[in-house]
Amino acid sequence: MTFDVQMTVNGVARTVRVPARLLLSDCLRHDLRLTGTHVGCEHGVCGACTVLVDGVAVRSCLMLAVSADGAEITTVEGLAGPDGTLSAVQQAFADCHGLQCGFCTPGFLTTITAALAENPDPTHDEAREIIGGNLCRCTGYQNIVKAVLRAAELGRAGS
Amino acid sequence: MTAMFGEPIARVEDDRLLRGEGAYLDDLGHDALAVAFVRSPHAHARILDIDVSGALDVCGVLAIYTYEDLPGRLAEPLPLLIPHPALTHGRTGYPLAADEVNYVGEPVAMVVATDRYLAEDAAEAITVDYDPLPAVVGIDAARAAEHLVHPDVPGNVAAHLVQSNGDAAAAIAAAPRCLELDLVIERSASMPLEGRGVLALWDTDSRRLRIWTSTQTSTGVRAAVAAKLDLALASVDVITPDVGGGFGVKIVHPWPEEVLVPWAAKTLGRPVKFTEDRVEHFTSSAHERGQRHQVRVGFDDDGRVLGLDVRFWHDNGAYIPYGLIVPLITSTQLLGPYKPGAYRVEFTSLYTNTVIVTPYRGAGRPQGAFVMERTMDAIAASLGLDRALVRERNFILPSQMPYDHGLIFQDGRPLIYDSGDYPAALAKLKALVGWDSFPAVQAEAREQGRNLGIGLACYVEGTGVGPYEGAHIVVETSGKVKVATGLTTQGQGHQTVLAQIVADELGVPFGDVEVTTGDTRAFGYAVGTFASRAAVMSGSAVALAARAARAKAIKVAAAALEASPDDVEIVDGMAAVKGDPASAIALGTVAVLSNPLRYAFDEAAKAATQFAGGDIDAPPVAEGESPGIEGREFFSPVRSTFASGMHAVIVETDPLTAETKILRYCVVHDCGTLINPRIVEGQIHGGVAQGVGGALYERMAYDETGQLQNASFMDFLMPYVSEVPDGIEIDHLETPSPLNPLGIKGAGEAGVIPGAAVFASAISDAEGFAITTMPISPSDLFELRQRHKAAPDAG
Repeated sequence: MTFDVQMTVNGVARTVRVPARLLLSDCLRHDLRLTGTHVGCEHGVCGACTVLVDGVAVRSCLMLAVSADGAEITTVEGLAGPDGTLSAVQQAFADCHGLQCGFCTPGFLTTITAALAENPDPTHDEAREIIGGNLCRCTGYQNIVKAVLRAAELGRAGS
Repeated sequence: MTAMFGEPIARVEDDRLLRGEGAYLDDLGHDALAVAFVRSPHAHARILDIDVSGALDVCGVLAIYTYEDLPGRLAEPLPLLIPHPALTHGRTGYPLAADEVNYVGEPVAMVVATDRYLAEDAAEAITVDYDPLPAVVGIDAARAAEHLVHPDVPGNVAAHLVQSNGDAAAAIAAAPRCLELDLVIERSASMPLEGRGVLALWDTDSRRLRIWTSTQTSTGVRAAVAAKLDLALASVDVITPDVGGGFGVKIVHPWPEEVLVPWAAKTLGRPVKFTEDRVEHFTSSAHERGQRHQVRVGFDDDGRVLGLDVRFWHDNGAYIPYGLIVPLITSTQLLGPYKPGAYRVEFTSLYTNTVIVTPYRGAGRPQGAFVMERTMDAIAASLGLDRALVRERNFILPSQMPYDHGLIFQDGRPLIYDSGDYPAALAKLKALVGWDSFPAVQAEAREQGRNLGIGLACYVEGTGVGPYEGAHIVVETSGKVKVATGLTTQGQGHQTVLAQIVADELGVPFGDVEVTTGDTRAFGYAVGTFASRAAVMSGSAVALAARAARAKAIKVAAAALEASPDDVEIVDGMAAVKGDPASAIALGTVAVLSNPLRYAFDEAAKAATQFAGGDIDAPPVAEGESPGIEGREFFSPVRSTFASGMHAVIVETDPLTAETKILRYCVVHDCGTLINPRIVEGQIHGGVAQGVGGALYERMAYDETGQLQNASFMDFLMPYVSEVPDGIEIDHLETPSPLNPLGIKGAGEAGVIPGAAVFASAISDAEGFAITTMPISPSDLFELRQRHKAAPDAG
């Protein structure tokens, strides 16, 4: 049995017909071909598949596509500005060498984007807390923590 | 123009990856058919029957394959990649199990369907009838050999090897003092965030096979698939897309899936893709680290080692496709920065009914460093000497370089250290961590009821193993420089660091250089990315190729400028007579002039056409020359170059919960000359985090029947940020390698190597008893405390 799901993804209205069991992560990646959202564990532990659903960071491998009907979704592809300018969080990752293989990175970017919207001026400890639920096997997190603080700084300068 | 070599510049890779525009394996081939596998639920069993009838009606299924369907060489065992004379009983698996399964997760049947959901539906509907056999799990069971993994392998022994230098037994017997240690390290795994994956496309018109695979060696996969499918090498292209981490596991090839998916694509005439899921990665890829070691060491009253005898047992899992590389590395690299007097090492590599064991970052060195560093600490403890002092007394000195250990290394070459300054590194580390003042800090903390401990661990790492890498460079008529090297990239920033080298060597702006890696269409001769070899090998190869291209550009520019080549230089992409900037011509123009044309394809190209001038009595392409500004060179060093380093950690162990908290982590690191310090530090950070995982958290929890009990990220405890040090303090030492043109040594694996050793040292210091098994969980430490309370002198 399939269902029509209507979502706004990165500002664009999309309608997609999906089977009930299709994960949101697979829907985004394979039906909408937004492959920036990655799947690392398929059970909500690694955070690589994190997207913003109505502004809230959500693990898209733990959500069915049908339950996203009517939602506004932002994936990593939607973080940069309309003119292509990297967002503060993306720019901070580039500035701080916050990524290596880049596979987990989209989940960090979305997670941090949501967290900074709530807390634009995190302390060092809060920066560690913000990324505390995402796994990275390459960086040892050192430069990701720096990137959170740098993103906050860029965000404040830009606002 | 500023030199790029040595600059901590930002990576060129990042922009694409940050926008979600990376192209990892599963991001490709949206229209491909999907594959799912039926995998063995038993660690050891005979296959009696496979009934696929229930799966045939599942909607979307195109094909189901079992061993009986495999043609020709596909039906043979997978290759034993690295043969060794000591590997007398090498066994490898079949792409699909023939009549027996030897580990949980071994592929038994393959389903091809229109999408992965449907392929998994069908896989679930396949019934396999097994006759379970006793499982051999763990080193002790393998040694006992009450049951055999392979009936034709006596004692479960795949290989047995002895190496020695001098008479260790006699040296230990004659030594004033002697100690024995029993040291164990458990299994962990590379565990990249992206699992394995392969996509294949058979072009029915050109009869060519194109494969994308998440690998550390595209040329290795190409050769293996061509051989298995009986295709000409020239008919197979292998492209490495963005790879979401490797850490060793992806150097193994061909995986069963890497031959089955291309074969299915060719058979069905449609693109086919396999994307490994996380459970599959735990149970069907590879693990490493599990070893048990017995040490006998003889030393004098100053702590100088006179004789060292190490016996160890290596658990190689169900099959041994990657040969003896891991135990070979442990057996040689455990010597670290020390000269041990006489040395004898003996290892036995054992089959068990568990996932195969192949190199994971560090590749046998973390075990070796653990053995040697625990030994150094034991010597210091027995003599009441400072641990750093004992190490210093055993160091190989800079004046003794190159130092020949009298052994054969993993590359089949003599174990000869090329350079290094261990006393200087130790001095830096002691200063960085405050080694000498720590006892006072520790005593003060003790008064407040806090357990603090400091640990120290050293390592030497043979990097940049051969046999070779190569590179091709071409200057386009636009002035852009295209660089290709065959080895692959999994996040190390090769496109950045190789471009840094080329920019300097060729004399062009960094932004004009574009690097391709791991694509057999761009460069077909390569070995792969492992053993911290990419910067050493491909770095050197691109430098040599850039020098060749530069020499050619200077020759062509000199002719155009009517100057001697000795008087022409290339700076910032312009060729000019030295001291005469007005004479400058762009390198793109030099590229135009280097290629005599009949047909002008644009305005600039007119300068190279036949009526544009030049010597009409000389051949347009001079004898011995070729058109184009290109360089194609190979680098093949005589042997490995040896990087080194030392780590120190200060920990606090909770008196109640026995949790270990990291207070400070310090690294002194020597990888020769640094191409990009920012990238090297990133490599160290990642390695240290994996070292923390291996020391305190990660283990593969097999039960006695061979079921992996923690095959998920929920239960296999990979460090989050909360588990890694809050800050890693790094100091560099640079002793250049004399073995390559840039003085580089490898940096990729180093950070992980001393992990288990340094934490064992620090926790022992905090607790007052020796830690001999790693990793160590709070429960492990709690139980050790109880045991030592009950019997204070217990080991």
